[in-house]
Amino acid sequence: MPSNKKYLLPSNAQKNSEPGWLSSLFRKAVEEIEGSVMQDMVFAEAWRFTNLNAFKALEPIAANSTAILSCPKVFAELNALELHISNGILTWIDAVPEYIDLFDFADRRITPTWVIEAFGSTINTKMHPFTAINTTAFSGGVAMRIRKGAVMKKPIILLVDTQANGKIVAVNPRVLVVLEEDAVADLIEIHTGSGVYINNVVTELVIGKNSHISHYKLQAEDTDAFHIAMNAARCAANSIYDNFALSTGAKLSRNEISATLAGSHINYSINGSYLACSDQHMETVTFIDHVEPACVSHELYKGVLANHAQGVFQGKILVRKNAQQTKGYQMNRALLLSKEVEINSKPELEIYADDVTCSHGATVGELDEEQIFYLMARGISKKRARAIMVSAYVEETINYIHNLLIRDVFRVVANNWMQQNIVDTQAIDGS
Amino acid sequence: MAATADTVRHVQEFTSRAYKHGFVTDICMDMAPKGLDESTIHFISNKKEEPDWLLEKRLEALNYWRLMKEPIWAKVSYPPIDYNDLYYYAAPSHKPKLNSLKEVPPELLLTYDKLGIPLKEQELLAGVVAVDAVFDSVSVATTYKKELEKHGIVFCSISEAVQNHSELTKRYLGSVVPAMDNFFACLNSAVFTDGSFVYIPKGVRCPIELSTYFRINAQNTGQFERTLIIADEGSYVSYLEGCTAPQRDENQLHAAVVELIALDNAEIKYSTVQNWYPGDENGNGGIYNFVTKRGVCRGKCAKISWTQVETGSAITWKYPSCILQGDGSVGEFYSVAITNNLQQADTGTKMIHLGKGTKSTIVSKGISAGHSNNTYRGLVRVGKRADLARNFTQCDSLLIGDKCGAHTVPYIESKNPSSRIEHEASASKISDDQLFYCRSRGLAAEDAVGLIVNGFCKEVMKELPMEFAVEAQKLIAISLEGSVG
Repeated sequence: MPSNKKYLLPSNAQKNSEPGWLSSLFRKAVEEIEGSVMQDMVFAEAWRFTNLNAFKALEPIAANSTAILSCPKVFAELNALELHISNGILTWIDAVPEYIDLFDFADRRITPTWVIEAFGSTINTKMHPFTAINTTAFSGGVAMRIRKGAVMKKPIILLVDTQANGKIVAVNPRVLVVLEEDAVADLIEIHTGSGVYINNVVTELVIGKNSHISHYKLQAEDTDAFHIAMNAARCAANSIYDNFALSTGAKLSRNEISATLAGSHINYSINGSYLACSDQHMETVTFIDHVEPACVSHELYKGVLANHAQGVFQGKILVRKNAQQTKGYQMNRALLLSKEVEINSKPELEIYADDVTCSHGATVGELDEEQIFYLMARGISKKRARAIMVSAYVEETINYIHNLLIRDVFRVVANNWMQQNIVDTQAIDGS
Repeated sequence: MAATADTVRHVQEFTSRAYKHGFVTDICMDMAPKGLDESTIHFISNKKEEPDWLLEKRLEALNYWRLMKEPIWAKVSYPPIDYNDLYYYAAPSHKPKLNSLKEVPPELLLTYDKLGIPLKEQELLAGVVAVDAVFDSVSVATTYKKELEKHGIVFCSISEAVQNHSELTKRYLGSVVPAMDNFFACLNSAVFTDGSFVYIPKGVRCPIELSTYFRINAQNTGQFERTLIIADEGSYVSYLEGCTAPQRDENQLHAAVVELIALDNAEIKYSTVQNWYPGDENGNGGIYNFVTKRGVCRGKCAKISWTQVETGSAITWKYPSCILQGDGSVGEFYSVAITNNLQQADTGTKMIHLGKGTKSTIVSKGISAGHSNNTYRGLVRVGKRADLARNFTQCDSLLIGDKCGAHTVPYIESKNPSSRIEHEASASKISDDQLFYCRSRGLAAEDAVGLIVNGFCKEVMKELPMEFAVEAQKLIAISLEGSVG
């Protein structure tokens, strides 16, 4: 362990008290994204569908209080191990089995070696201005290690909640998950909050050989909030990583999921749905880097857009020279329910190996009137028929959740959204 | 696998194969001084005896161009181009205006003969193609003029059109691709030298295929041609374009602009076989093909169809697009892009749906071999007003060898819920199963690969007009069948 690196947490205590310190970081990141058009296309292209003006108007301050949290009711039945992060600080840890190591980033004692080794190893912050902010400014969060060969029976729930309390705050929670060889775990990440705030969260996963992790995420932030998430994974050979994300909240959200498949025979799957209404902007960015041969990646994203919502999907599969026998599948579908919605989709393939089978597809459209007619002819109201169709549409992604109990929970969350935004409101034209 | 090894071997064989159109025609040239400034523009304008409005447009474009930056977003890389080290005008110094083929210099005729365009025979045989041949900067010959005139069709060089059809050129030139559109289009607007002009009057179905053959001959010259096609209400025209250049060690610049305008119920079918010199196996020389092609369906139920077979050029940067403005208009894009050695192609299309009930189809086939990179980049945009717009996109990539790259970058943007957009793409090599199936039926490995590649491109090839399909098939035979089987 390098002696000059006792703990990772940057000493922001003094800076935190300086007014405008945090907001200047965000401003700088936005400028970097916008100003780099000519020198470096990477940022401008990656952010071309997001209107960052909303950020410029904000002058967020660091949150300085925490609250006692409780998990949303639907998740209670899972009987999971809970970890709570309130306003960016780890506030609650359930008793954990001996094969799990936990480290609180706010802990000022010496950082364990396994944290130092894994921290920042999955992502290049230079390419991701918001991840760079998190790395500079994170004030807390949690690192967890699931030891070699451990098979977790209970899922882990990570509840990340942000309370603005009438101010405009920014939080930068940091999560690190290290899954050692042959370990098996289920992780559920839940993001909630209230008020106007920026939740700039970074979750890193270092996945060992032959291990299996199922990672589920519910983004149900306040509809006035900003949610910028980076979920970066580095997978070793023969590992399985299932990722599922359901987004219903935030005014502006950008959920970036990136993975480096750094060993052979990895099975990587990312699926999810984004359900947007009113004037929400929801963006999903995925990047799969096939480095080694014989890996399989599967991706299905479905969006439902109502009222004035904007949906963005940018998916990229990169197959490097060495990654022969890669199988990559990527599909993005968007369902447009109102005349005012907008969808931008960019499914991208970049392939340098010849022995590959890669395909991607994208469809954009509205509900099939004939199918609605079919249901109506069976005595179902038009509104109800539409809701049935929409939930069946979303169901396809939910079915990729292997754990049946967790699948049920996410189904309930999706159906609740449907109930509130499709059945009970005039979200759909002509209903 | 033996078949894979075979493929690699054949790719290598092909790399040593010579470019068929690489000869140079030794002909006296009339050139503008090197470099680009106001005096170059005045020189070109004077040479062409152009009206003032056009000169003003050119100067305006030049001023704007100086403020613009070369685009860098495409997936191509090349050393910086010194725009002041180019000749912007090169013309055979023979008689500038030609009335019949008899006046065309024999060396030139020989050139086109070598290229397989028998200009002379056109007059004799009951041919079906009228040809406008552009040699370096100027149009040297246009055949079949009289026959076309009977129908009221105007088919001439753009310089002639500026003189004789000023009302049409003034109205439409730059209306689809404005000078400020992009860096290369702006450069073209300032220095374009010649190109073809077509006007099909109301209700006329052009009885023969119109064709332009472009040839870059001189050294260090840029070719900047401009094509303008106007199809008036209810008319139809099929237009073919072919390109070649001699084999030279330096890179040559080609920045063309093509504008198509289809009014109510008109249809334009635009086919290209692009076989500019691709450079040698080490990536020396070759044409930089930076082309802006755009058609607009101004009227109701108009149709514009682009078909392209891209086998040449060191770098291709080209996105033939359709603006579907009129209700019920249709846009189509069929493309085969083949890259080998160190060629780089970034090509695709844009379909902008503005009118109600507009439809578009995109079929793109990319084949990469050697160390080449082949990118499909496309945009499908549906505007708010475009109710019931439909799009179907299919792009497939075939990789031959493990040193090449195939990329797909589609953009899908929709603001109308009643629109339906479908996109699918795939990338793969020729599967061993396919090869095995063919071989078990007695085909040699080489023939089997040839068959599969042909089948891969067939969807696009069948869209080419008969006269061109033959040539295109030959080209693919040279560029690819030779390389793989």
